Amino acid sequence: MDKATKAVAPARSPKTNSLGLEKNEYRGRPSTLCKGCGHDSISQRIINATWELGIDQTQVIKLSGIGCSSKTPTYFLGQSHGFNGVHGRMPSVATGAVIANRTLTAIGVSGDGDSVSIGIGQFKHVMRRNVPMTYIVENNGVYGLTKGQFSATADQGQVLRHAGVNDLAPLDVCLEALATNATFVARSFAEAMPNRSKRYSKPRSTIAASPCWTSSAPVSPSTTDSVDQELCLRQRAPDLLQELNFIPSYEEIEIDEYDDEAKSNCMTARGSSSSWMRTTTRPISWRPIAS
Amino acid sequence: MSVLVKEASPVPGEHELRVNDFNINVATANGSGSQTSNNILIRTLFKMGIPVTGKNLFPSNIQGLPTWYTVRLSKDGYLARREGIEVVVCMNAATVAEDMQNVMPGGIILYDDSLPVAARRKDVTYFPMPVKELVKEADLPFNLRDYVANMVYVGFLAYLLELDCDQVRAALEWNFEGRPKPIALNHDMVLSAYNWAAANVINNQPYRARAMTGFNEDKILVDGNTAAALGALYNGVNLVSWYPITPSSSVAEAVIKYGPQLRRDPDTGKATYAVVQAEDELAAIGMAIGAGWAGARAMTATSGPGISLMSEFVGLAYFTETPTVIWDIQRMGPSTGLPTRTSQGDILSVYYLSHGDTRHIVLFPASPAECFEFAGTAFDLAERLQTPVFVLSDLDLGMNYWISDKFEYPKKEMDRGKVLSVEDLDRWGAKWGRYLDVDNDGIPYRTLPGTPHKLAAYFARGTGHNEYSGYSERPEDWENNLARLTKKFDTARELVPPPIIEEVEGAEIGIISLGSNDAAVQEARDRLSAAGFAASYLRVRALPITQSIRDFLAKYDRIYVVENNFDGQLEKILVNAHPSAAPKMEKVTKCDGLPLSARWITDSILSHLA
Repeated sequence: MDKATKAVAPARSPKTNSLGLEKNEYRGRPSTLCKGCGHDSISQRIINATWELGIDQTQVIKLSGIGCSSKTPTYFLGQSHGFNGVHGRMPSVATGAVIANRTLTAIGVSGDGDSVSIGIGQFKHVMRRNVPMTYIVENNGVYGLTKGQFSATADQGQVLRHAGVNDLAPLDVCLEALATNATFVARSFAEAMPNRSKRYSKPRSTIAASPCWTSSAPVSPSTTDSVDQELCLRQRAPDLLQELNFIPSYEEIEIDEYDDEAKSNCMTARGSSSSWMRTTTRPISWRPIAS
Repeated sequence: MSVLVKEASPVPGEHELRVNDFNINVATANGSGSQTSNNILIRTLFKMGIPVTGKNLFPSNIQGLPTWYTVRLSKDGYLARREGIEVVVCMNAATVAEDMQNVMPGGIILYDDSLPVAARRKDVTYFPMPVKELVKEADLPFNLRDYVANMVYVGFLAYLLELDCDQVRAALEWNFEGRPKPIALNHDMVLSAYNWAAANVINNQPYRARAMTGFNEDKILVDGNTAAALGALYNGVNLVSWYPITPSSSVAEAVIKYGPQLRRDPDTGKATYAVVQAEDELAAIGMAIGAGWAGARAMTATSGPGISLMSEFVGLAYFTETPTVIWDIQRMGPSTGLPTRTSQGDILSVYYLSHGDTRHIVLFPASPAECFEFAGTAFDLAERLQTPVFVLSDLDLGMNYWISDKFEYPKKEMDRGKVLSVEDLDRWGAKWGRYLDVDNDGIPYRTLPGTPHKLAAYFARGTGHNEYSGYSERPEDWENNLARLTKKFDTARELVPPPIIEEVEGAEIGIISLGSNDAAVQEARDRLSAAGFAASYLRVRALPITQSIRDFLAKYDRIYVVENNFDGQLEKILVNAHPSAAPKMEKVTKCDGLPLSARWITDSILSHLA
């Protein structure tokens, strides 16, 4: 626990990257999400990774749908073009954009409501088409912006203040991706996403657990897919306020950063097995259908 | 094979013949392959120089339900649908009684002699065709028998109407793209039917198709959807994302067919365009918008139900000011409606598609040549105005063959609109704002993703935004943005294709119509004129309404707005744009799944005038 709450600053950061740029230049606008939101940690990890890899921001496009997670592209890579689409349909916009310009690096950010509830169809088809992009699902099992409804990844039997009991079994977003032959699927915890992944160089999807402290906090954690949230909640919201219009501030959870791929491959958010789920071996063959 | 026309009337003299001025109706079962025979028939007539139109009345079904193909020959050059059948070909047992009943007195009936013949009318002439025997004689592979059987009526018609047999052969070669085997197979069947008829049938009926000149020279026979696809390919389309729906599928399919010949990079051999069949219409429009945002010329093609699904995304494209082109090949609505019947029922819904204060540029092509032209116009307007542009065709224009002017190779450079380069950004510096109205025309400047400049990026969002594309909930930002979008729409009035206006000296009535009604309206004007009512005519080619349309509305005392929908949707837009003209405007609408006919338009207007 101590380890999890203690911020450990990486000692390896040089002042500038291979393009001669400071990390600050990879930031976006200030976040408007709740204080301590895991989504901001993911944004920070995207900033870290793209900066460390020396990626030219002008050659990156950021795409998202609707929801808390989909707001985040504003908060990183301020020199990249961004497109905030409609709810659940980010994948089609991304597909069109990378067909139009195949030299661009595409990062899609979505949530569980956006990708698994309303958008499961486009989520599956973008994997099926093997569109060259990094697709991040910031999964917290709950609708944050509309304040506390279940998403399709919420655990069965879960209880929320207004939504009541969730009677339905969740969809596992990683399994959905694997079943559709995604070429790379990984699962991680928001605060634990490795910086140095080469995840922006290949088409792949990353499913990041990012528990919502605000909209799922009142009664019980919203999804185990995201982490052992109960643990986190006990740690962070001992009083479990029953009010939806009061949003307490939290410190961001930090855990140790792992220095290399080998360690991060073993990293776990739930304390059991590997969070990087599997890399499929399907070759990447992206080309226009008509060619 | 022995029973012929027993009580043959005498062979008509030359002056009793009815040449190039009658309708042929071919009644078959869907999926029987009759489309090939009908294509041969219409192409033969076209190549003989005869003004001809074909209307395919087909069911929403793969096999078995009745289908009709009506061919109108008009020596006077009228290409609209005309009521009345003079020559019927009965190949379908399910409808034979009705089909025979519907022939005009004095007409002729060709029928498969194995069909149950319900009645014998005295006022028509019957020609039984020994279809089964002729097919059996031909000794065809079993699986091809039903298909080739339809060539029997082509052979019979060739004999009775005196078609040019060389043109029949040429039409077969065209249809089968030079493949010798199917050409021979089908041609043999046509010949055997022709020869049998020549040996056994006395041609005592008056209908004749005779080669003529003066109309079809320098024209082509083509459907609107193929024209749209070719127009897109000739005007730089990069992405066609689509979802199959009748009657629009053949737009994308024609791109797939002709793209490889027209749009390969000569050096690499690779396609310079992509076609993606999306998982639904939402994804289809989403891809087109993503590609438009990234700088490509992207389009989708759909029909009414697809338009409904695209509604939310279209609002996003409107508000983010992203160019994209949407072809709506209209069919009958509401709801699933009649998927294989024509209508112009999407005018209002497309004009105002999506929630909030939205409105769109809409083009109305009236012919295949205009489909070809507007495919380029739509891209130019979409990129110039940074907005979705709709092209409203319909099933009749899109799927039926029309005699059309040849397509003109685009003369103008493509208009890629206001796009900033790296040099522009160096010059403009931080003064650039994505939604700033620099030129006072409502059209801002955009940058494309991938522009290698640190100031190039902006965030396209459907949420409220200020002139620098930042999220904003400020009331004045919202109002300023909508006011600028309104100004942009006013700019569009000057850029869209102007209406075609044909004014008649001294005319007191004006007709306003649009799209594929053109042929019927033109013919109706001739009829009205003959009845003593000269009518001026304005054909709307685009929304928003231009000043020339307002002037026309102001000028005439009685204005008839002719549309192929129930509510008079164009009329509602005109009333809205020019309320003072409302009392003198009358909607002339019909919505029964069939293209409008000149007679119906004429009678409707005359009944108002009476």
